[in-house]
This record gives sequence, structure tokens and C-alpha cells, in this order.
Amino acid sequence: MAPSDMAPSDMAPSDMAPGDMTPATARAATNGDAETVLEVQDLKKFFPVKRGLLSSTVGQVYAVDGVSFTIRRGETLGLVGESGCGKTTIGKLVMRLLEPTAGVVKILGTDITAVSGRGLRPYRREMQMVFQDPYSSLNPRMSAGAIVREPLKNYGLDGGSIGGEKQAEALFARVGLKREHMAKYPHEFSGGQRQRLGIARALALNPSLIVADEPVSALDVSVQAQVINLLMDLQVEYRLAFLFISHDLAVVEHISHRVAVMYLGKIVELTDKRTLFTTPLHPYTEALLAAVPVPDPEISRQRLILEGDVPSPINPPSGCRFHTRCPYAVERCRHEEPPLIEVQPGHAVACHLREVGAPPIKLEKRASATA
Amino acid sequence: MVATSTEFVIERPQGWLGRVLEFARRNPTVVIGTSILALMAAVAVFAPWLATDPLFINPIDRLKPPSKEFWFGTDHLGRDVYARTVFGTRISLTVGLAVATFSTAIGLAIGLVAGYIRIVDAIVMRIMDGLMAIPGILFAIALMALFGSSVQNVIIAITVPEVPRVVRLVRAVVLTIREQPFVEAAVASGTRLPRILVRHILPNIFAPLIVQATYVCASAVIVEALLSFLGAGTPPEVPSWGNMMADGRVYFQIKPWILLFPGICLALMVLTVNVLGDGLRDTLDPRIARRMG
Repeated sequence: MAPSDMAPSDMAPSDMAPGDMTPATARAATNGDAETVLEVQDLKKFFPVKRGLLSSTVGQVYAVDGVSFTIRRGETLGLVGESGCGKTTIGKLVMRLLEPTAGVVKILGTDITAVSGRGLRPYRREMQMVFQDPYSSLNPRMSAGAIVREPLKNYGLDGGSIGGEKQAEALFARVGLKREHMAKYPHEFSGGQRQRLGIARALALNPSLIVADEPVSALDVSVQAQVINLLMDLQVEYRLAFLFISHDLAVVEHISHRVAVMYLGKIVELTDKRTLFTTPLHPYTEALLAAVPVPDPEISRQRLILEGDVPSPINPPSGCRFHTRCPYAVERCRHEEPPLIEVQPGHAVACHLREVGAPPIKLEKRASATA
Repeated sequence: MVATSTEFVIERPQGWLGRVLEFARRNPTVVIGTSILALMAAVAVFAPWLATDPLFINPIDRLKPPSKEFWFGTDHLGRDVYARTVFGTRISLTVGLAVATFSTAIGLAIGLVAGYIRIVDAIVMRIMDGLMAIPGILFAIALMALFGSSVQNVIIAITVPEVPRVVRLVRAVVLTIREQPFVEAAVASGTRLPRILVRHILPNIFAPLIVQATYVCASAVIVEALLSFLGAGTPPEVPSWGNMMADGRVYFQIKPWILLFPGICLALMVLTVNVLGDGLRDTLDPRIARRMG
């Protein structure tokens, strides 16, 4: 069924704001109910580091090291973190553009980790991707209409030249492009229009999940807002699940219902948007939020500024991966890796200093910890 | 031919002729190159009607300078240089086009597979390296010595060393294109491998491949002439430009026309093919084409 065939308002308004859900429902979402579109369990991806004439493996890049999360229908999970922390790799693993080293990816309840090649095709329909670079993600030698119609053709849904044309037209209209644009080539479009084209392509198969890998980071700020709002409208209309990968906290705060914070291939904190931005529990999240510029010079804040660089994912630190830069680190952090546990209902964090049920108080800096 | 209104709206020229003229205005090199090449092709095809027998020997008229009767003069056996030059177009054009077609077709097929399938890549590329290590001229001479000289053998002898060059180019382009996000996007939207190769990879190889094909064609024309000049190419009785230049070499200082006319034709053909290649590259790439238009 093409999105154009779908009634745009087949859902009650009360379903539309998962961001306002109570912690109880947030917890329910992790238990794999019928509404769960994507479930990721202990996903791992290691890239071998090869060196020398015979390209022998000398080490591994722990790009993604044991990540679990779920996304429900109509929900956006924001995935934030510094560049190189494994966000994009997760997106590609979910899309199966990369083969996972270990772990389970379930689409609509079906484990697709063991499925490969031709068998993946029915599942690819359910998950589509919007790419970061609107320039290189569109084939320069295909017309805009052909680009949007290609997914339909792949699944025999094109319905001949007239039917395909109509479907493409509806998709173009839905993302705010004109009918005349169909005969044009990607280089004739602006960045924002190209990203709309990419979104139309992702919508063509009427998927359940859209993985958006930094979809607006290549766009001007004014255009960013338009594209983000378009994505949010489409989400409501088609009850899409989004895995929204970004390094831009402002964008993530705007679009997400829940947010996962990543550091060196691991999720360090996962909770609903409001809680994360008001009471972050992980020191890394705290530092990330402190780094967001505030457009008011009068406000002076006590900021947590991180020192040093992100350690290499080839040789990640022992214990808690963040302990080398954490101002609160204690001896235990160096040896023992903290698991991601739910300390408050619907609020999971991987930190030794946060215990289950403990109040979200501010942590004390330790001068000795950095020495 | 373009009607441009004040609002910078370029109207599409109407009719068949209008579109052709518009294309010619935008791509002069392509049109000029194609025209000269078409003219040469016509000369090759209609050679028997354009000239007398190129093999007719008339010792009385030997080494005559260009005149009304013999437009390009005669050679040391009294053969008409004009007739031989006209018939020589056939050989050069056949060899050039055949080598370009065969080497690009074979090279494209091998390069596509090698570029996309990693296991095949290592094996195929080592074989190609081995082929490239063979000196082209020596290979041709060896082939002629083994199987005798004929136009067909000349084509084979030039094609074989050209194939690895095409394979390398195609493979390099495939390797860069396969990593492009639009290929990932195609995979993500459920596109099957053959369609990815045909719809996404192939069209993006086309421009560099066409350019390469024209250079292969130009170099094949030269190599054929070179082989003939050395006596390892087309049989001496066949009027090819290389054979003619070899014949005229001895008389060059006193009777330059024997060497000059086939030489000019050779240079013109090679230049035309190269210019055409450059023009095609610009035309086939929509991004460059629009900017130049």
C-alpha cells in the first residue's frame, strides 16, 4: 500500500504525543509488545584493524559494543553522541548495510539477524533510511521521479508508467515538491529539496521504521527546521517510528520522544526527552548539555567542561569507558564496567555513582580523580 | 535559435531541427568531431567510387608529384597515393573502432565484476598485471610471426594489451561508486544486485569509459600505423597508412608527398577522435554539461 492510499488521520490525537508518556508506559515499551517496531539487543560491531603486507588483523575497533533499545510505532528515539561514538554504525546495522558482529535486531517482532541476502527483502520494505548527505545519496544520473519510483519498482508496486507516475506525484506532493520536479535531476535541486526527495524515497514503500542518519546536519539552519517539521508531520500521519541519529542536541530535543546518549560504542543513558534535558544522571550527558550554547550572554552557568580527547575505540579504557574524562570518577570506575540499569522508572543510566532508586542529586567533583 | 525572454526563462527550441541546432550550439566539439569522423567513415565506405584501384602498378608514372591526374602524386611503384590514402581510411577506421569496441566491452565486463566482487578482484587484477607486463609491440610482432599478418590479427594484437587498462579504469571507478551513499540507499530500498550494477554503477562509469574508449581508438590507429610501418602489421599489399608511410620513408627528402598525405590523414583522425572524446565527456556528464551550456 502506498502512503497516498492511506487515510491521513487514522489515529486518535491522544496517540500522537508519546513524548508526554508516563515513565510506566516508557518501561512497557522495552518489553516488546505488539507496538514495538524495532528491538535491538546487545548489538555489537567490531571492525578489524589490518596492517602490513599480508593484512593481518592487529586489533579491533569496538565501534558498537553491546547496545540495546526498542522503538515503538509513532515514536522517535534520538541517538546522540560525539562523532566516532558509533551512532551511524548502529543505523547501518539496523538497516543491515553492515553485518553485525553479534546481537539481535528484531523488526516487528521478527529476528532478522540470521536472515541475509534475498531473504532480507521483505524486511527492507519495513525499514527505510534518510541519509546524511543529500548530495551523494541521490544518483546523479537518475531523474527525481525515477529515484522516488525505484523502491516501488523493486517490489513490483510501481503499477506501470501511469500508476507509478501517480504514486510518485503523491509522494512529491506529500514532501512539498512540485510535479514539475519529477523530470529534474538531483543537481538541479537545492539541499533542502534534495533531502525532501530522500524522504519521499524513504516513504515510498510505506515503512514502519525510518532510520534518519543526521538528516539535517548538511542543511542550512532555516531549512533544517522545515525538514524536521516535515519529518514530524509525516510521523504523525503514518505513525512512523524514527531512529533519529544526530549530534545536534537542539534538533534531538525538538524531534525526539526518548533519547539515548552514546559514548564510545555504548549507550550511557537512555530516558525520555524531558527527563534527559532536565535531570541528566550520567556525567557525560551532563557535560554534553553544558556544551550547548545558550543564546543569552547574561546567563552565567556552572559548566562541566570535559578535558582531553575521546579515547580510541581500538583500545577503549578499562572499566567505565568514560572514567578517563569523568570529574567524578572513583576507583571502582577504573576496573568495573557499569551496566545500563534503570535507576528511576524509565530512566536507564550506566554509572556506578547512580544507584537504583537514588535521588538525582548533583555529584561532587573529585580533585584527586583526575590527578 | 534560443528564444530567451526577459524573465530568464529559456524556452526549449521547437521541432527536430531546432533541437539539433541547439545541441550543436551547446556542444560544438562533439558536432565537429562527429562530422569529421562521419566524413571519414563515408570515405571508407564509398572508397571504390571515390578512387581508382589502389593496387594498380604503373612504373611509367612512378614518383610523380601531385597533379590534376594524381591529386596526391604517385609512389615508387607508380601507385596513386590518393587512391591508397582513401582506401587506407578503411584499415585505420576498422582497426580503431574494432579495438575500441572489443577492449571496452571486455574491460567493462571484467572491471565491473572485479570491482564489485572482492574475491574475484584479487585474482583478476593479478592476471591483468601480468598482461600489462607484456610489451605491446613485442606481443604484436610475436603474434604476427606465429599466425601471419592480417588485419584481424592486428586487431587482436592491439586489443589484448588495451584490455587491462580499461579493466583498471572501470574497477577504480566501480570501487569509488560502490561506496557512494546512493548505492547504499539503493541497497536499503531493496534493489537487487543486477539492477544496482546496471542502473546505479554503469551509468556513472559511462563518461570516463567513453573518454577512455576514444583514447583507445586513437592509440589503436597509431599503433596499427606503427606496426605496419615496422612491417609487423597489415600485410604489405594492403594499402594502410602505416604501410604507405613505410614505403615513402626512403623518398621523404625528395618526394615528401608519399609520406605526407597518409601522415596528415593519420594525424587528423587521431586528433578528431580525441577531440570527440573530450566533447563527449563534457556532454555525458549532466553536471558539467549544464554549467557549460
